[in-house]
Amino acid sequence: MNAPITDTAATVTFSFNGKNITALGDETIFQAARRNGYEIPHLCYSDSLRADGNCRACMVEIDGERVLAPSCCRQPTNDMTVRGDSDRARKAQSLVLELLRGEVGNSHFSNGSELDHWCDQLRVTESRFGDRQQPAGDTSHPAIAVNLSACIQCTRCVRACREEQANDVIGFAYRGIRAEIVFDLGDPMGESSCVGCGECVQACPTGALMPAGGVGLETIDQTVDSVCPYCGVGCLLTYHVKNNRIQYVTGRDGPSNHGRLCVKGRYGFDYVNHPERIERPLIRRDGVPKGLNEHFDPADPLRMFREADWEEALEYSAAGLRRIRDQHGGGALAGFGSAKGSNEEAYLFQKLVRTGFGTNNVDHCTRLCHASSVAALLEGIGSGAVSNQVADVANAEVIIVIGANPASNHPVAATFMKNAARSNATLVIIDPRRTDLSRHAHHFLQFRPDTDVALLNAMIYTIIEEGLVDSNYVNQYTEDFEKIQENIAGYSPEAMAPLCGIDAVKIREVARLYGASRNSMIFWGMGISQHIHGTDNARALIALALMTGNVGRPGTGLHPLRGQNNVQGASDAGLIPMMFPDYQRVDDQGVRSWFEQYWKVNLDEKPGLTVVEIMNAALDGEIRGMYVVGENPAMSDPDLNHSRQALAALEHLVVQDLFLTETAAYADVVLPASAFPEKTGTFSNTDRRVQMGRKALDLPGEAREDLWIIQEMAKRLGLDWAYGDVSEVYEEMRGAMPSISGMSWDRIERESSVTYPCQDEKDPGQSVVFGDGFPTASGRGRFVPSDLIWADERPDDEYPCVLITGRQLEHWHTGAMTRRASVLNAIESYPVVSLHPDDLEQVGVAEGALVRVESRRGELVAYARVDSGLRSREVFIPFCYVEAAANLLTNAALDPVGKIPEFKYCAVRLAAA
Amino acid sequence: MNPTLVDRRYRLSQAVMAEVDKEAAKYPSRRAAVKSALRYCQEEMGWVSNEVVTAVAEYLGLEPIEVYEVATFYDMFYTEPGGRHRIRVCTNVSCMLRGAEAIVNHLQEQLGIEIGETSPDGRITLLEAECLAACGGAPMLVCGNQYFENLTTDKLDSLLDQLD
Ligand code: SF4
Ligand code: SF4
Ligand code: FES
Ligand code: FES
Repeated sequence: MNAPITDTAATVTFSFNGKNITALGDETIFQAARRNGYEIPHLCYSDSLRADGNCRACMVEIDGERVLAPSCCRQPTNDMTVRGDSDRARKAQSLVLELLRGEVGNSHFSNGSELDHWCDQLRVTESRFGDRQQPAGDTSHPAIAVNLSACIQCTRCVRACREEQANDVIGFAYRGIRAEIVFDLGDPMGESSCVGCGECVQACPTGALMPAGGVGLETIDQTVDSVCPYCGVGCLLTYHVKNNRIQYVTGRDGPSNHGRLCVKGRYGFDYVNHPERIERPLIRRDGVPKGLNEHFDPADPLRMFREADWEEALEYSAAGLRRIRDQHGGGALAGFGSAKGSNEEAYLFQKLVRTGFGTNNVDHCTRLCHASSVAALLEGIGSGAVSNQVADVANAEVIIVIGANPASNHPVAATFMKNAARSNATLVIIDPRRTDLSRHAHHFLQFRPDTDVALLNAMIYTIIEEGLVDSNYVNQYTEDFEKIQENIAGYSPEAMAPLCGIDAVKIREVARLYGASRNSMIFWGMGISQHIHGTDNARALIALALMTGNVGRPGTGLHPLRGQNNVQGASDAGLIPMMFPDYQRVDDQGVRSWFEQYWKVNLDEKPGLTVVEIMNAALDGEIRGMYVVGENPAMSDPDLNHSRQALAALEHLVVQDLFLTETAAYADVVLPASAFPEKTGTFSNTDRRVQMGRKALDLPGEAREDLWIIQEMAKRLGLDWAYGDVSEVYEEMRGAMPSISGMSWDRIERESSVTYPCQDEKDPGQSVVFGDGFPTASGRGRFVPSDLIWADERPDDEYPCVLITGRQLEHWHTGAMTRRASVLNAIESYPVVSLHPDDLEQVGVAEGALVRVESRRGELVAYARVDSGLRSREVFIPFCYVEAAANLLTNAALDPVGKIPEFKYCAVRLAAA
Repeated sequence: MNPTLVDRRYRLSQAVMAEVDKEAAKYPSRRAAVKSALRYCQEEMGWVSNEVVTAVAEYLGLEPIEVYEVATFYDMFYTEPGGRHRIRVCTNVSCMLRGAEAIVNHLQEQLGIEIGETSPDGRITLLEAECLAACGGAPMLVCGNQYFENLTTDKLDSLLDQLD
């Protein structure tokens, strides 16, 4: 993180190079000098890292002191007289540079070498010191080239890896002439436990660590500031572009990432140039059947489709939808938007479905991730958004992470949790799988899948029994607490321990820890939400927070980690069947008439169908036509055989995407869309920050921006839309969304990231909400008790194992992008099933062999991977691999409230394949 | 953490754990016992393998990389396997002035190996050392925990004879 200026009131005045300058707060001589416009050579210092003072390039002379001082780790005092430009200081600086120049010889791997820069500045051209014996390069990692011949042993990479990202891979081993940067125990980087976050590359001042492929020596045409397209963390970044290709990416100091990135954000961009990009509209060839059949080939779309020009393709797309609408009514149509698209795209898409199709049948993948959490949150506290931002972990005493794997799925958020766990906070991880973040946990509760309510109710029981309830808070800000009290009797830790597999003593210990701390945050993910009791799970978490008063203050709150980069924004913008933008209910008469006026059309009063309901309705013939933008239900929905049949049953399917996705195999028309770096728009991250994604690349072939395509469709469905620029869409959306009323397009453009709720242009946005009650009818948070409900399909003799599905660090969602990103695909290239060693033995195969996994609904074959973080009879499969699609196995049973399917639990059996 | 690292299962012996615990108890944090742990392990195993590094890290609650840095920093920790005995001849200034080169040459000839190598019978590894703070007895070497000072070729021969 940038060195925070903690106390700006305290200033120190001292003389630097003969002028009086001021240091603010705890600034060092170096920082104060730089802020006042003076340059001092420096190599081991970097703003984002702890100052280490090892290189001595920054030496300055201080009056009255015998020896020179390293300005990067020396604070000034009043009346100190310092010179960075005296002969003695310059000589010391130059000598350091000359020594290092000698060490690295002629190695040259980066145009941006800071050593070169300072040598130029101080005119160090030759070195009297000889080359050292240079180590060979290491190109074992697909993303990162290691050339330690250029290394000056400044340890910036070590600090980046260990202190910033807390991955603990890089070390500084040996000493003297043998001193060397190492990965793990001296392994080649590609074989080490490196997670490819590239923080070391960003930190390295010399090019010793660089993106692979020699891009460090390219001359860059332009840099474009944008945001990461992958997850809800919403890291700001900069694209470095040459010849309309992104050469590499660096992290920007955004509020949610402070310059950090993960492997996807840093290395997952070349999917946009993948040869399988569709560059012309496609119309299905006559007589070629729909489906993942022998005609389907993403590398050769022309086997299933023929090319068409835009006019024909758009007219064909719209005509099919028009016919169904006019014959069967709008209710026979549905649209799936995407949480990967921008807010403007989401807004316009839901407006198209509502006003052009004439139905509220519009939904997106939020239904498959946090629908139950949002249902519980709306019911309990009147808002589905997070109460506190991730960075607030720095203020938390206790951090509970339950049913989430942030090290893989929210990697940069995880780094802040790790940092907090290493400084003051107590980190509690509650999950059936021991994932990477558990290494940093003070308490790890490996409870049985499906027993969330048992465990959480036992914690609630303990807090009540042991008198840890914050009665003042409960009285002032909540209602229905007695319902919890009445309900909890049967849930003592002692009674629940055998169900959830956690000792009663441990449950009590953690409950006490949470209840007694003054500042606690709870983070949760799909492990909570993707159950038929997902809403109950979330209710229990909300109850825990409310009864202990752990909401609404710094370091104190509830944070359902949003998965997709814009799932928060897409939901806010109304891409959900029962709500208009800003969660205003479609069945509320007043709201509806407001939107009827705003949009100048009549609107359907009936809440629409949700994702899985739409699929069921398609199979039943009630939904006949669909428009799918950027979603891939043929991979992401549960029980794929069923949902694929549903897609096949549609009379008319329009798919708008970058590639021939599995869903496009069922399409009548495929419209070639824009990739993330090819358009401008705003995206809202898990922290309620609206952030600007900027266009960096031209579109390939005849591909078009999604906003243009949606508008062209609208025109052909009888709407007279004429938005000029994306900002006009944004401003119209803002007019319908009080939460973002204080953020004009220009402001987001200027600031890149603005938090909402945000009332007016001057409002910095509220980073913590619910400090004085909740946006519910009564203004109070409501307790809703939960009882035990078992998963829809429990293991039995026939299918004895539990399947847990989820994601991997390298792959995003259904893999449409990441499996076409060369680096990511090189790191994780084939489908795996993770098993406990005992299960592997039981199946009778070795690690790496093929295993068949079957459920009552389907089967797949994947490579066995040993994972001692799982318990026996619990297996994990990532769902991004079409050749072994985990969702063939999953169960479509729904949570009755959130309508979210039970992705996290179904029964399977294993066999050698 | 890389599962292969976690699965390189070597565990400290009961005896070593007891010694390490005794050491650790003297300090506010277990981290402080890292060198003792490495020393005890080396005494037992003959060298500090990566398995030893990982096991020590696990036992003390440290990251493997932290232990690896310590193990490689001190040249008294042997991070490569070697012979049953390691002879480390000081070749720093005082010893050099008092004939360390001849000592090295004699050992190389007798053993038929160069500095850094191990005799083919696996008996002896020959190493060079920096000043071992016994300049008064230069030239000198250390074998195991024992210093041999004021060396002559005769003394070397009898030392070599004694080693099994
Ligand atoms: S690899 Fe780069 S960052 Fe790491 S020590 Fe060497 S020069 Fe510094
Ligand atoms: S943490 Fe998320 S937003 Fe940040 S770089 Fe990684 S995928 Fe992108
Ligand atoms: S920059 Fe100050 S010592 Fe390296
Ligand atoms: S120089 Fe050999 S012991 Fe000091």
